[in-house]
Amino acid sequence: MAGVTDTAAESRPPGLARLGFWMALVALALLVVAPFAIYPVFLMKILCFALFACAFNLLVGYVGLLSFGHAAFFGGAAYFTAHSVKVWGLTPEIGLLIGVAGAAGLGLVVGFLAIRRQGIYFSMITLALSQMFFFVCLQAPFTHGEDGIQGVPRGRLFGIVSLDDPLAMYFTVLVIFVAGVLAIWRIVNSPFGNILKAIRENEPRAISLGYRVDRYKLGAFVMSAALAGLAGGTKALVFQLATLTDVQWQMSGEVILMTLLGGIGTMAGPVVGAALVVTLQNYLSAVGIPVNVLIGAIFIVCVLLFRRGIVGEAVHLLSRRAR
Amino acid sequence: MTTANPILTATGLTKEFRGFVAVKNVNLSIAEGSIHALIGPNGAGKTTVFNLLTKFLEPSSGRIHYRGQDITRTRPAEVARLGLVRSFQISAVFPHLTVLDNVRVALQRPMGLATQFWRSARVLDTLDDRAEELLEAVNLKSFLHVPAAEISYGRKRALEIATTLALDPALLLLDEPMAGMGHEDIDRIAALIRRIARNRTVVMVEHNLSVVADLCDRVTVLQRGEVLAEGSYAEVSGDPRVREAYMGTEHA
Repeated sequence: MAGVTDTAAESRPPGLARLGFWMALVALALLVVAPFAIYPVFLMKILCFALFACAFNLLVGYVGLLSFGHAAFFGGAAYFTAHSVKVWGLTPEIGLLIGVAGAAGLGLVVGFLAIRRQGIYFSMITLALSQMFFFVCLQAPFTHGEDGIQGVPRGRLFGIVSLDDPLAMYFTVLVIFVAGVLAIWRIVNSPFGNILKAIRENEPRAISLGYRVDRYKLGAFVMSAALAGLAGGTKALVFQLATLTDVQWQMSGEVILMTLLGGIGTMAGPVVGAALVVTLQNYLSAVGIPVNVLIGAIFIVCVLLFRRGIVGEAVHLLSRRAR
Repeated sequence: MTTANPILTATGLTKEFRGFVAVKNVNLSIAEGSIHALIGPNGAGKTTVFNLLTKFLEPSSGRIHYRGQDITRTRPAEVARLGLVRSFQISAVFPHLTVLDNVRVALQRPMGLATQFWRSARVLDTLDDRAEELLEAVNLKSFLHVPAAEISYGRKRALEIATTLALDPALLLLDEPMAGMGHEDIDRIAALIRRIARNRTVVMVEHNLSVVADLCDRVTVLQRGEVLAEGSYAEVSGDPRVREAYMGTEHA
């Protein structure tokens, strides 16, 4: 997988980091005013998938592990949150915590088994285990099989703020998204993140320096699964729905596509990729063009022409000019 | 001298790869504080022995003891934590990290700054003084902020040694530290190895026999996976079997 994953890993000039910071601020300001111009549910869908893609990117972009089973954490958390809010009557923030904890637990099991193998074998084990989880979701009574969990109440945040108000829901999702992205940014730029990068760069060398690389990989895997779960649980609250779509292998493929399109190993790439894919899906479904064909075509063009993804190519161009 | 105070011993070390015996019944005893060379013609099993000693390969049979402790089944990261640290034949740096960051990665674990995912990476700046000191010792101080991929081959090897020394290992295993180097680099690295060997033990695989003659206290010659001869360089190079093994391939 090394060839796929270390595309955008160059060290960047400091001026570019400052530019990235200002662009993030501008993007945040836009997100604050956006719901007054654009349909909030559409924006929330983008934010949920963007957080999902960022969580996935934590693993593929900064540890070099290509998981093909992240739908299990995303969709699994959606079920856990939906069930605890609807059936147990818990408040949304507790429901989200349960979703995150469940996804982290699943991540611990899947990661523990998968990190023992490298490259494509790692990906195949994650795929196989997530398919097993899909089957559990199909059969278990609490998921209601093909129907899914419908009519999930959004409830009152901390028992006070009613999330049935679209703007309250939107700003809750925005805060969750920002918190999730900041958490990822912190992990990547921490002493732990530094070791993750070293492992991605040269695993045998990291071992020879005394690092138990399996533990670092597992730690990153669980963190990525938990954050994917945060995205999935949030989506269940937004759409008041948890279904099999979110645990299916196509969802694992979709998040890979989003991350690849936007730029693996960049902070903004997965957000851009998710926004692009979700927007295309929304508009194309109205026009009647088969979505998957077009997205497939875009994917091929992306892989052939700009392998670093949209943000990855931009960063590459800017950092070359800065030198 | 050999058996007086061994830091590392291997007894009956054997490694088979699907019926092919790469290393056969090798006995080694590395004296504490010495510089010990493993030499032999291509394909003699030097690197395999090296990988067995550092636990990057599991032996098919035989035992390895480090300071009296059986490490035959110990995992490589644990061996490194015990103070037995290796380098690699192909230069092992973290290519996209800067020279300074390469050394900081090695310093993070001993300093307890490796698992903290909630703190800013800026706490690692406290490692800079020590890292710069180590890089000064290998003449890399002027390359601190250059990505490791962009420095010359000889300097990468020097960086690798600085990174390894950051762990302050008791036993250093160097896999062909001079491979592919020019004369000036060889002299510089040889001087460096002599300097670092003052208070630690060094085992090295090396092709360059003049370096071995110059540096090493003791030499083990391998041929077809077996120990052919062992002794000082003068003893070994006078051995007719060793001369025969090297005939036509390298001078002896």
